[in-house]
Amino acid sequence: MSDSLRSRGLTMTVLTSVAAVAVALLVGAIFILLSQQNPVTAYKALLEGAFGSRRAIGETLAASTPYIFGGLAFAVAYRAGLFNIGIEGQMVMGGLAAGVFAAWNLDLPRVLYIPCALLVAAVAGGIWGAIAGALKAVSGAHEVITTIMLNYLAFQVLSYTLLRTEGWLPVNPQLQATKPSSPDARLPNILSGTRLHAGLLLGLLMALLVWYLLFRTTFGYRLRTVGLSKGAAAYAGMRWGATITIAMFISGALGGLGGASETLGLLGQQYNAPQGYGFASIAVGLVGRNNPFGVVLAALLFGTLRSGSTAMQNQAGTSKELVLVLQGLVILAFAALAASGRVQSWWAKRRGQRFDEGTDTVGVEPGVAPEL
Amino acid sequence: MADFFDINLLKAILRMATPLIFAAMGGLICERSGVMNIGLEGMMLTGAFVAVLGTYYLHNPWWGLLCALISGALVGLIHAFWSIGLRSDQIVTGTAINLLAAGITIFLCQRLWQQSGRSPQVETLPNVTSGVNVLVPIAFLLVPVVWYFLRTTKPGLRLMASGESPQAAESVGIAVDKLRYVAVMTSGMFAAAGGAYLSIGSLSLFTRDMTAGRGFIALAAVIFGNWMPIGTLGACLLFAGSQALQVQAQIKGIGISTDLLLALPYLLTLIALAGFVRNSRPPAGLGQHPTTH
Repeated sequence: MSDSLRSRGLTMTVLTSVAAVAVALLVGAIFILLSQQNPVTAYKALLEGAFGSRRAIGETLAASTPYIFGGLAFAVAYRAGLFNIGIEGQMVMGGLAAGVFAAWNLDLPRVLYIPCALLVAAVAGGIWGAIAGALKAVSGAHEVITTIMLNYLAFQVLSYTLLRTEGWLPVNPQLQATKPSSPDARLPNILSGTRLHAGLLLGLLMALLVWYLLFRTTFGYRLRTVGLSKGAAAYAGMRWGATITIAMFISGALGGLGGASETLGLLGQQYNAPQGYGFASIAVGLVGRNNPFGVVLAALLFGTLRSGSTAMQNQAGTSKELVLVLQGLVILAFAALAASGRVQSWWAKRRGQRFDEGTDTVGVEPGVAPEL
Repeated sequence: MADFFDINLLKAILRMATPLIFAAMGGLICERSGVMNIGLEGMMLTGAFVAVLGTYYLHNPWWGLLCALISGALVGLIHAFWSIGLRSDQIVTGTAINLLAAGITIFLCQRLWQQSGRSPQVETLPNVTSGVNVLVPIAFLLVPVVWYFLRTTKPGLRLMASGESPQAAESVGIAVDKLRYVAVMTSGMFAAAGGAYLSIGSLSLFTRDMTAGRGFIALAAVIFGNWMPIGTLGACLLFAGSQALQVQAQIKGIGISTDLLLALPYLLTLIALAGFVRNSRPPAGLGQHPTTH
C-alpha cells in the first residue's frame, strides 16, 4: 500500500469516527430537547465540567484511565476475531486480586510491591479471559456467551470473597470491601490536588506495548491473521486454538490491569461494586477502530463524557445517565456508517469498478463470522 | 427440614421463572431465526419501564402491558434494522441496545418523576391466587405455544429453516430477512412482557436496572436448553430454582452454601457450552445472512 493510499485510509477512518460521534451528540441533543432543556447549555456545562479547571482536567484523565485499559482489552481480542464482552469480569478479578494482595501489607519495598500487585492482577484477569478463549478453542463455545457467564461468575467470586473469607483474607465484610491497600502498593498520585494517579501512565504504556505486540511482532501478525481469516491462518500453519487462547489471556490481563489501576490508584481498595466499564469498553474499542492509539483518544472522549456528566447534571439539570445513551448512540452510529461504507463498495463492485481501496478491514464487522 | 420444601418455595420458583421464561422464549425464537440477541436484557428493561409508564398515564395495568409489548417490538425493530437491514454485527447492536435501555429508562425516570432511578407506585396486574400473578400462567402457556409454532406451523418451520441455512431457505423462496424482522420484533415483545412482569406484576414500580442481568440468564437458558422450548423451560426452572432455594435457605436460616446456588446458572451454562452436555448445538445459520451486500 502506498503512502498516499494509507493516509487516505487513515483520513477516512478519522472522519468516520468523528462523524459517528457527531451523529451521536446530535441525537443526544434531540433527547435533551425532548426533555425541555437546552442542549447547548447542557453540552457547555459538560465541557466546562470536564476541562474547566485543573481539578476538572485531572478528574477527566482519571476517568479516562479505565477506558484505556478496557478499550485495549477489547481491541486485542477483536483483532484476533473475538468479541470480549467479559472485560467487566476480568476487571473485577484483576481488581480483587490486586486489592487482596495489596491489603496483605507484605514487607516489600514500593518498587517491588506495585509491580507484583499489578502482575497478580494481570494474571487473574488473564486467566479469566483465557477460560473463554480455551473454551472456544476446545469446544467452539461462543466467547460472547461464555464471557457473559464469566462476568456473573466474577461478581459472585467478588461478593463471596469480600463477605465470606474474613478468616483468611484481608477483607472487611461490614464495608463489603478489601481492607485498605498498603501505602507501598498504591499507585502514586501524579497531579496534586486531583485524584489523577499513575494508572494513566500505565495505560499509555500498555497502549504502546499493545501497538508493538500487534504490529511489530510475529505473534501479533499471527493474531491478526487468525482474526481476519481462520482458514487462511490454518493454511499458513498457524495454530488457531492456541492463538485465540493467548489473545484472550492478553485481553483479560489488560482488563485485570484496568481493575487494578482503579483499586490501587483511584479507590485504594476493591469494593463489592463492579464499575460498569466493561460494556462501554466495547464502544471505546469500536470508536478507536481497535487501534491502540485510537483507543487512547476514544478513551479520552468517554472519560470526558463521564467526568463532565456530573457537572451537566448539576448545572443544566440533564440526567448524567445521558452518557449511557450517548455511548449506545455512538455504537449505533458507527455500525450504520460502517454499513453505508459496505453498501457503497458493494455498488462499486456491482458496477464493475475496482473495489474501494479505502475500506479498511477493521470495521464493525468482526474478522470471523459469529459461530456458536 | 420437612417444612423446607413447602408451597411457598414452589410459588417462589414459579415467580422467579416467569420473567426468565418470557425472555427466553423471545431469545429462542430470535436465535432460531438466525439472529443473535444479546439485547434481551435491554428489551426487558425497556418493557419494565414502559409498562409502568403506560400504567401511570392510562391508569390501567393491562394498557401498561400493551404499551410494554409495543415498546419491546420497537426495540426489536431497532435491533432488526441494524443487524438485518444494515448487516451490522449483531453483538454490537445488542450491546448498544443494552446501553441505550439502561440510559434512557433512568433518564426518563428523572425527567418525568424527578426521582433518580425509581418510578412512583402504580397499580399491578391481578393475581390468580395469592402470590401468583396472572402473567405466571401466561408465561408457562407460552412454552407449548412456541413449541407448537416451531414444530408444526408453516411459518415456524420456515423460521427454523432460515436459522439453519439462510442461503438454502432463500433459494427455495423463503423471505428470510422478512421472517427475521418478525422474529426479532416478537422476541422484543416477549422480553418486554418479562420486564413488565417484574415492574407491574411482582412489584408495582420501576427501579433502575431492575432486570439485573435476567436477560443474560434467559439467553443462557436458551443455550442450556439446547435451543428447544421444553429444554429451555427446564433450564429456566432450574435457574429459578437455584435462586428460590437460596432465598428459602435464608428465610429458614439453614446454613447451606447459598453462594454456590447463586453461581449455579452461570456455571451450568459454561459446562454445557464446554461440551459436557450431549448434543448442544446452535442453529447452524446463526449470524449468517442469505446474501452478502
